[in-house]
Amino acid sequence: MTEAAFRPSEEQLHAYVDGFLDRSLQGAVERFLAENPGEALRIEAYRQQNAALQALRALPESRPFTVPEFRARIRWSRLAVQVAAAVLLLAVGGGAGWWGRVLLAPREPLWVRLVDQAERAYQTFVPEVVHPVEVTRDQEQHLRTWLSKRLGTPVAVPVLTSHGYELVGGRLLPGDPGPAALFMYQDAQGSRLTLYVLAAPSKRRDTAFRYVQSGSLWICYWMGENIDFALTGEVDRDQIKDIAKTAYMQLNNMKLPSGGDW
Amino acid sequence: MDDFGRLIEQEVPRLRRYAHALVRDPERADDLVQDCLERAWRKSHLWVRRTNLRGWLMTILHNLYANAARKHSNSPTLVSLDDTTQAPGTPATQAEELNALAVREALQTLPAEQQQVLLLVGMEQMHYAEVAALLKIPIGTVMSRLFRARERMRVLLAESTRPTLRRVK
Repeated sequence: MTEAAFRPSEEQLHAYVDGFLDRSLQGAVERFLAENPGEALRIEAYRQQNAALQALRALPESRPFTVPEFRARIRWSRLAVQVAAAVLLLAVGGGAGWWGRVLLAPREPLWVRLVDQAERAYQTFVPEVVHPVEVTRDQEQHLRTWLSKRLGTPVAVPVLTSHGYELVGGRLLPGDPGPAALFMYQDAQGSRLTLYVLAAPSKRRDTAFRYVQSGSLWICYWMGENIDFALTGEVDRDQIKDIAKTAYMQLNNMKLPSGGDW
Repeated sequence: MDDFGRLIEQEVPRLRRYAHALVRDPERADDLVQDCLERAWRKSHLWVRRTNLRGWLMTILHNLYANAARKHSNSPTLVSLDDTTQAPGTPATQAEELNALAVREALQTLPAEQQQVLLLVGMEQMHYAEVAALLKIPIGTVMSRLFRARERMRVLLAESTRPTLRRVK
């Protein structure tokens, strides 16, 4: 390539702006810019953006961010909840497992609670060989009626076969707030997904899927007007998103005000 | 767990820079950082298996910001007196300097994914490969987000400061 014909790639131009350009190319890029005033102006604008962003680095001296401070606050709230829970457990004559864990959890944002519960349900039931579900897919109609009744809102059992996942069945779980439905799916290789569904505690509107990664798991959740759900699986983010969209469509069709036959 | 606290504390300046670049009101920016730290602490059991604390914290912070921004998108923005004194209609002496306020406003109009990349490269001066590793996205994606972010900023800033950029190089 002759010097005159050199045209830096977009990557090289940005690397030049950011000071990451290989030193051997520096001169060539500068010559190119000298001969191309339009490009030079554009690159100069990018440089100015960097300078302005650098200027934003200056921080006001403000309150100290003490980790002990917020740690103490959380400890305190957790303690308060634990005391309340202990009183309650004594009152009902003892209890453990799910109830204990649910009660002992600090009051967190709703989505954190949803994701936590969904993840625990996944980790509890996915490895289960003998009784992964309470009601198997051959009683799907019953599963749907039963869980809709217990959650107090119509709940569809989404069909995820288009993604290669067959329904295994479902179960009822204690959840927060209110009972939860857990549906389990499995693909031909035996890998499993769980769909955790709660009746939404109050009317609200939220129109985006969110994702949380936890170790090798991706959890995609939706908090809607009538139900909240979280889909959990050991798949990648795009897959969980696609499958969650399919589940959403089907769960939501049940929400149309046409009544439903549950 | 104390290790976790120490590790988190090291990230606070970076988180604050990031929050203050995005949120105009310093008080609210610091609230955002505080929320992020609290959430991180509560969810520390989810992090144990991971190594990328910085990326995790940045993601928490950014999600909190994006959620709040969505929630407040319909309510009017309050501009403090301090801000108005350095609003875009500034004297020509500042022609060469992009006004920090204008930059911040332009930044706020970018999609969240572009904001993130632009701040990490432009403000934090991180290498493209570091950003890719931090956000767990391919480097090509980092580059294309950066290209789009810078170009969009350039157009927006050229509009807001048109007279000042009309100079011949």
